[in-house]
Amino acid sequence: MIVNRRSLLKTTAATVAACTAPSLWRSASAADTIKVGALYSQTGGLSIVEKLLANAVMMAVSEINATGGVLGRQVEVIIEDGASDPKTFAEKASKLIIEDRISTVFGCHTSASRKAVLPIFERRNAMLFYQTHYEGFECSRNVVYSGAVPNQQLGNYIPWIVKTLGKKKFFIVGSDYVYPREMAKVSKKLIEANGAQWTGDEYLELGHSEWAAMVRKIKESGADVVLSNVVGDSIISFYREFKNQGLSQQTLPICATVTSEVEIAAMGAEYAAGSYTSFPYFMSIDTPANKKFIENFRKFTNDPKAVTYHSLEAAYFQVFLWKQAVEKAGNISADAIRAAVRGQTYDAPGGKVLIDADNLHAWLKPRIGQWQADGQSKVVDAYPEPIKPLPYSAYGETAENLYCTAKGLDATKLN
Amino acid sequence: MIDILFIGLSLGSILLLVSLGLAITYGSMGVINMAHGEMVMLGAYTTVLCGKWLGANLFVAIPIAFLVTAAIGFAIERVVVRRLYGRLLDTLLATWGIAILLQQAVRLEFGLSFFGIHVDGLGPGLQNVAVPTLLQGTVAVGAVALNSYRSFVILVTLVTTLATWIILNRSPVGMQVRAIIRNPHMAAACGIDVKRINSLTFAFGSGLAGIAGVMMSGFKSIFPDMGTPIAVDGFLVVVAGGLGSLSGTVMSAGMLGEINGLIATATNDTIARAVVFGVVILIILLKPKGLFSFKGR
Repeated sequence: MIVNRRSLLKTTAATVAACTAPSLWRSASAADTIKVGALYSQTGGLSIVEKLLANAVMMAVSEINATGGVLGRQVEVIIEDGASDPKTFAEKASKLIIEDRISTVFGCHTSASRKAVLPIFERRNAMLFYQTHYEGFECSRNVVYSGAVPNQQLGNYIPWIVKTLGKKKFFIVGSDYVYPREMAKVSKKLIEANGAQWTGDEYLELGHSEWAAMVRKIKESGADVVLSNVVGDSIISFYREFKNQGLSQQTLPICATVTSEVEIAAMGAEYAAGSYTSFPYFMSIDTPANKKFIENFRKFTNDPKAVTYHSLEAAYFQVFLWKQAVEKAGNISADAIRAAVRGQTYDAPGGKVLIDADNLHAWLKPRIGQWQADGQSKVVDAYPEPIKPLPYSAYGETAENLYCTAKGLDATKLN
Repeated sequence: MIDILFIGLSLGSILLLVSLGLAITYGSMGVINMAHGEMVMLGAYTTVLCGKWLGANLFVAIPIAFLVTAAIGFAIERVVVRRLYGRLLDTLLATWGIAILLQQAVRLEFGLSFFGIHVDGLGPGLQNVAVPTLLQGTVAVGAVALNSYRSFVILVTLVTTLATWIILNRSPVGMQVRAIIRNPHMAAACGIDVKRINSLTFAFGSGLAGIAGVMMSGFKSIFPDMGTPIAVDGFLVVVAGGLGSLSGTVMSAGMLGEINGLIATATNDTIARAVVFGVVILIILLKPKGLFSFKGR
């Protein structure tokens, strides 16, 4: 563009006019897009899993934009990289909330990263949508938890193992950090309440891959079922060692709470065939909605062999819950979204979900899958309906006696 | 009891496999090769790539990984290590740099990822190798059922150790290597081409690490920085066993493996690891030159 005196005058006049009419300005720029954040590790050790979750969020957003966006506006995702490091997560969360003035972030995968960003979301009053199944014991007004809490994974699981599989002696094994230890706490209560007993409760370092001594211990313990809260790539060496020491999933099954389609594909389906996992979602759920979801995800990621699993599905459907909340509220402030998201229901690929009006966790339908030789699960047991999330079930919370309500945590009940 | 001892034996054999190459490079050449763990990693990645691109199983990967890592080791010696003999701290830093370069090379798929090209089997992610059906489950030896894969690892360790011993003690090249271990200047004065022998020794040590990598790939997930903790274990074994002594390395690997196995069975793996470190510290305090070392002249 050649700047001559006339055009300069023209643009100056236009700018001045625009500046003197600030209301006009604001509505013009606001009509552009609604910005949300996606905070997952794009680099580092956790990036493989977290990139998948980020993809699920992006896919949901692109579907929303294709059907007209939210409140008639397109949704724009600002992606930040947590770099597999809780501290970086905290920095990037601050950036999204303070610099970009974003009120909603989808993100975090590990409990460590969620705990790191939580104070920022609470102090600055923004909303985090968190999709991973976790250990509970949290009651934040600034987080919508779309993944399972212990009572939704174990509440039906332990009674089913005792009654249907006829198992009486549990060996509990996990990776050594907060999630497996909290899961073990809930499990022991349920095991004893169902008239069974546990003979071992052992932990191995996170990322440990030498399972010889532990598997021998399981073999010698006289247990007739293993409850596994092992996470990450340790899962692969665990299942392999299990088979290689001559243990059979038929007589001594591993019943897991973390092992998903991803790990089964990585270890080789033959090692896990016959074992069980409890999750609200499995890739094998045979509904048109789920088939469509798998197909779309494979197309979106350009990977014809991509697998879908619980956290991935939750990462996807939480975006639609957010959309519905924004549409109900009519604006995108955190307070409005929080008020509107309570009680929102959505038909997710795995079935109906509902955000609890008290604790902002999702009502999910517990299912038990048995892993088959093809690496997929067969759902052998399912609740008829989604059940209420109880993040404090390890500490005695029941549906009649809630610890976490819309008012916040009642700390007096914790002892 | 037999199964506990077997676990210890298996742990010891893995340690030995990793430290064998180190015992040779560190022991004979006095080079602290910080990139040794990365040789193990490259061996593991060779297994992955063999599986994905050649459709070859673990057995085929063993000789290929040996050749690949030996060639890379040879190149590293020629280009970098050769110029730094006698400068312990410099070799340490230089090989550490090489270690980081190798990790990043795998992570960035040798730079191809910058151009949007993805090589299946490389990259920052976790890789896993399918174990041949033959090595899954258990194998009956007499009245006890032993873990097939672990038995195979023990077997491979036995063979490579024996081969190393024969090369060192029964071949002309081996004699020259032993002469260099004792006194490189005297060896050179006697007409041994120290430079050539050192290149070969370094390549051989790296090749052994490559075999260790193939064996590790059946146990654990493979990722670019898997080598670092493995190399730490290797150094422990070599230091405890005594520099330049093959039998010392064998004994200390066996001993640390059994201690680890016994304590892990009695308590847990975390305590077992602490005890192993404690034992190594004790050995270094009481016998600074390791359990089996040469008397220097």
